[in-house]
Amino acid sequence: MKKETKDILIGPIYPKNPITLQVLGICSALAVTTQLQPALVMSAALTFVLVGSNVTISLVRNKIPGSIRVITQLTIIASLVILADQVMKAYLFEVSKQLTVFVGLIITNCIVMGRAEAFAMANPPAKAALDGLGNSIGYAAILIIVGFFRELIGSGKLLGHVVLPSVNNGGWYYPNGLLVLSPGAFFIIGLIIWAQRVYSKELVEEN
Amino acid sequence: MDLLNLFIKATFIENMALAFFLGMCSFLAVSKKVDTAFGLGVAVIFVLGITTPLNNLIYTYLLEEGALGWLLGEEKAAGVNLEFLTFIAFIATIAAMVQIVEMAIDKFSPALYGSLGVFLPLIAVNCAILGGSLFMVQREYNLVESTVFGIGAGTGFALAIVALAAIREKMKYSNVPHGLRGLGITFITTGLMAMGFMIFGGIQL
Repeated sequence: MKKETKDILIGPIYPKNPITLQVLGICSALAVTTQLQPALVMSAALTFVLVGSNVTISLVRNKIPGSIRVITQLTIIASLVILADQVMKAYLFEVSKQLTVFVGLIITNCIVMGRAEAFAMANPPAKAALDGLGNSIGYAAILIIVGFFRELIGSGKLLGHVVLPSVNNGGWYYPNGLLVLSPGAFFIIGLIIWAQRVYSKELVEEN
Repeated sequence: MDLLNLFIKATFIENMALAFFLGMCSFLAVSKKVDTAFGLGVAVIFVLGITTPLNNLIYTYLLEEGALGWLLGEEKAAGVNLEFLTFIAFIATIAAMVQIVEMAIDKFSPALYGSLGVFLPLIAVNCAILGGSLFMVQREYNLVESTVFGIGAGTGFALAIVALAAIREKMKYSNVPHGLRGLGITFITTGLMAMGFMIFGGIQL
């Protein structure tokens, strides 16, 4: 792989992760991660939308007038999200009910808008697709880590299967309910960011 | 009383930022100073209070199953369901509304524009705004309820972001562990705030 291609694809996974470094797309990262399965489905939906929108916007980038570019981007993204939403309602109805409004909120997910604005508007389609893929994987990685810990510690399960038998069902594990609730999500992402910055010192922010 | 209850619920119990994680990007990015946080908060109240009822009208009279009855006649409209256009219609309304509000404020109150101006375009892509409209559909609010819900949710967001900004201003003087500085500690603080807001859970008026 050429160095540039590698940078575009791998860079957003680590160290330029969209969630922990660019502070994009946090809403859904926190909201859909109480269990692992919705986190996986959400990642798949975002990958589809992000790659699709990056390629589409990059294809028409020279024809978009500057003054209406935000609304053009929004229309393209919204169409792709509608597509993803309809497919999910048809084939994954249970999960799509669990995700509630958060599928729709991919439209305003800052990752999609941010990458469209920062990368797809200035680069050819092939590169834009790679950038979209890289950022989706970076997003998915964080979602999966957060979802894994929240489901495991919060309810002693993984993907719905019992891993740590809880006291209520005759086991030994006391589930930590805090992680299922909203504060738990903030703490876990905070700790991930801490870990990342302890590992790569150059990312440490000034106060 | 129901409306007051709805307002309290939208502001405190189901706080947009702390319970549903909506508008997190701007919540974390624009909370370094109380002044700017307050500006963004007011702008969010304003835009949510306008777009939620507006989208409610669009949903009930254009998109819902059989909603076109007033245009096509009951029988023809019964089979027409434009719900799949919800996202695109809502986001277009929000983007257009934000633009109009921006122009109106610029014209009638330059002072307010000076303080809100920079935040308004940012708000068009704030998930709290679209989230407000989507929750309104999901919970089947009517026009009055959605206005109250919009303003309440906006107030909750403003409250949370001003509080976080105040904490972050104070935190400049604290000795935070190196790796946790900046974004990390902000997440932990927000988590603690979310815990604090959970005490409102279950309040009924």
